[in-house]
Amino acid sequence: MSEDAIKTEGLTKVFNGSLVAVDHINFSVKNGEIFGFLGPNGAGKTTTINMLITILKPTEGKASILGYDIAKHNEAVRYSIGVVPQEYTADEDLTGYENILLCADLYGISREISKKRALELLELVELTAFKDKKVQNFSGGMRRRLELACGLINRPKVLFLDEPTLGLDVQTRAATWKYIKTLKKEFGMTLFMTTHYLEEADALCDRIAIIDHGKIIVVGTPAELKDSLGGDIITVAIKEDVDITGLVKKIEHVKEVKKENGSYMIKSENGEVTAPLIIEALRKKGHVVAKLSLTKPTLNEVYLQYTGRSMRDAEDSGDSIYAKRMMMARRRH
Amino acid sequence: MNNVSKSKLHGLWALTNRELKKWYKAPVVFLLTIIQPIIWMSLLGKAMNLSALIPSNIPGVDPQTVLESILGTGDYFSFMAIGMITFTTLFTTMFSGMSVVWDRRLGFLDKALSTPVSRSVIILSKVLSATLRSMFQAAIIIIVAVLLRLQTGSNFTPLNILGVFAVIFLICMGLSSLFIAINIRSTRIETPMAVMNLVNLPLMFASNALFPINFMPDWLQAIANINPLSYTTDAVRQLLIFNTDYAKLAFDFAYVGIFALILTTIGIVLSWRFLNK
Repeated sequence: MSEDAIKTEGLTKVFNGSLVAVDHINFSVKNGEIFGFLGPNGAGKTTTINMLITILKPTEGKASILGYDIAKHNEAVRYSIGVVPQEYTADEDLTGYENILLCADLYGISREISKKRALELLELVELTAFKDKKVQNFSGGMRRRLELACGLINRPKVLFLDEPTLGLDVQTRAATWKYIKTLKKEFGMTLFMTTHYLEEADALCDRIAIIDHGKIIVVGTPAELKDSLGGDIITVAIKEDVDITGLVKKIEHVKEVKKENGSYMIKSENGEVTAPLIIEALRKKGHVVAKLSLTKPTLNEVYLQYTGRSMRDAEDSGDSIYAKRMMMARRRH
Repeated sequence: MNNVSKSKLHGLWALTNRELKKWYKAPVVFLLTIIQPIIWMSLLGKAMNLSALIPSNIPGVDPQTVLESILGTGDYFSFMAIGMITFTTLFTTMFSGMSVVWDRRLGFLDKALSTPVSRSVIILSKVLSATLRSMFQAAIIIIVAVLLRLQTGSNFTPLNILGVFAVIFLICMGLSSLFIAINIRSTRIETPMAVMNLVNLPLMFASNALFPINFMPDWLQAIANINPLSYTTDAVRQLLIFNTDYAKLAFDFAYVGIFALILTTIGIVLSWRFLNK
């Protein structure tokens, strides 16, 4: 088996001959990694997933899952992946249990095994009590958990999660991540996920790629990305009305000093180490520190740095039609 | 990949049964599919009694004989009841196009496409479920028609019923493949509805289901003579109420069989090419 769980080379999708949704992207996801795919609406996240899970043909470029080419060996790819889509795709007229068995049948798993697995998965996502209830009576959180169970029925080596916690309350989100972590540990799965919740991405992902306008802007671990912003921000105010810029600049690790409204914004790597040094240096010169605070950059800052602050009204991003689809689903009955 | 079936047809019954469950597990829907053909049959078959139009007081004219020369059977109700079987078949299969659009809109199709289930199986499951529903409705019509005194042909045997189901199976395969093929790429539920409204009545009236072809204007006869519904209706009539003309019956079967084969093949080939995101 190849070292990479997912590998793309110049993967490109052009819609209607002109709309470039995904533009020659290259990245690789290592075996056993949780890989986060972040980006604004319409950036090309869902299109990339759709190509990787073999339901959309790339216009150009190549990609492989566990060494299987997505175009040439799509059947092998389909056997090795699990998909938890953005939408609620479970059949509302069937029960939770029937839905999981249906998924199992699509993989050709024998009834003997699928029944056992379905019960295990229902237990895992805590839906055992509702297994014989029709899905139309499920809440959003329950449906999301059912989707997760369906996506795991074939014991996938690579699991794709498209906005797995979108629209869920805090409890369900926490529970969802708990299941996912358990599974990753138990089965050594590789996870590829998109999300808009940056704190989640920060806490869970081993590595993150930020994509915008169909191009990958940056890839790295959450720590690397945050460091790329130039470090922590230390804000200091002193009692005396003297300029200390020059003094602070000489302190080890300090990169940048800016005076703003009487306080000094100090950019520095390893803020925890630098802050005491600053206090010490100021005290030696006889200054009294009035205020000091330390801010670590979050993924939010990283994200906004790379994708800008303007909102996106991209056309038919796949994400934007989500709301419409949900309405349709409700109206069906 | 242990314990995994390598059959190309895996998932066919699971997907077919999924469609069927939407029907037989929903009591209201199920009841309506039983009642609908009964209402049509009593309205068109019993209420519009064509034989009453032929005056019975003209000496030398026996309404029964006149009707027999026109319809092939002396009993208008029997003639019409068979037409109802065709009508119901057409109606039920049309809805198969809608289920493709629903699955696409609700994301179920995307999910199925990301699994190793074959694309043709997805299409075939829809064809098969529409076919099984139609055959069930046909059985209801035959039972009700017999209760309402359907006059069977002189050489009728209960074995002919098997033949009836065979021909209904073929026409349903063909028709549902056709309606699925039309809607294979559509994302709007309005499309299959518009298609249904457009072809429903023309297909029905340009056939021998409600009216004998011989009495139609030439241009309509030309259409009715290529309409597979005409051959289906004729086959069922030959089997149930006419004095069976085996040469005609064989031709009916061949015609409907080839129609089914071609359309199902088209459906499968289109699924390889167009059944994706």
